[in-house]
Amino acid sequence: MRTAISVRAGTDVTSVPDVQRAIERFGDRYLSRVFTQHELSCARGTDLVVASSLAARFAAKEATLKVLRPGPGPRDAVDWRSIEVRREEEGWCSLRLTGTARMLAQRAGVRDISVSLSHEGEVATAVVVALCGTNAQDETPTGRLASGVHGTSAGGTTENGEWERPGRGGHDKLGEG
Amino acid sequence: MEEKIWAVLAEFARLPVDVSTLSVDSDLYRAGLTSHASVNVMLALEDTFDVEFPQQMLRKKTFESVAAIEEALTSLMSPASA
Repeated sequence: MRTAISVRAGTDVTSVPDVQRAIERFGDRYLSRVFTQHELSCARGTDLVVASSLAARFAAKEATLKVLRPGPGPRDAVDWRSIEVRREEEGWCSLRLTGTARMLAQRAGVRDISVSLSHEGEVATAVVVALCGTNAQDETPTGRLASGVHGTSAGGTTENGEWERPGRGGHDKLGEG
Repeated sequence: MEEKIWAVLAEFARLPVDVSTLSVDSDLYRAGLTSHASVNVMLALEDTFDVEFPQQMLRKKTFESVAAIEEALTSLMSPASA
């Protein structure tokens, strides 16, 4: 049985001052609509540091959307919080996909996904790379996401139906993964 | 409704062009609307029209033009969506 492997990449940049303005203007309503509690808990420090961290995470969400390639219909609408940037204890970041984002990843046959964040001055950026694999005969995903393999170092589907993958992204000087 | 939408865009879309040069069918993303600015536009529209955009409307198509925004708001404000 032959497996077709492809790689998808997505990138995005987000203005740090734009995030600062959104926090000032909309406050918790903005924060709670876009970011998860984990992401908010990881963004600590001065207002500038918080905005830089969140801007990088917003860029990661958009970069992930470019990888997942949602269609125009309402069923493909993605809540920003369903793409979560996880800060691992070791310092790097990983992605956890839930809800529609997870469904789109399954549809794309995503077997592995990695994120790297960075920010400098007024600009934050993120790159997401995904390894996708489908069976060439029936075009069904063949990776961990589809098979629901648990508990390996390469990630898997959790009991909550979420999918997470330990990241291997490089560190930038501010410690983002 | 359209006038209020234009006012929201003028304040929150941060377009590199004057919104008065656009038509109701102009593609706002082509005019420079970023993904993050669209979040601000969404929140400002919610404030202005006292609605909340549900998840199924959180897609680029909803905010791609003034006409599309007006259609979404009309849908949200109709009695059937209450």
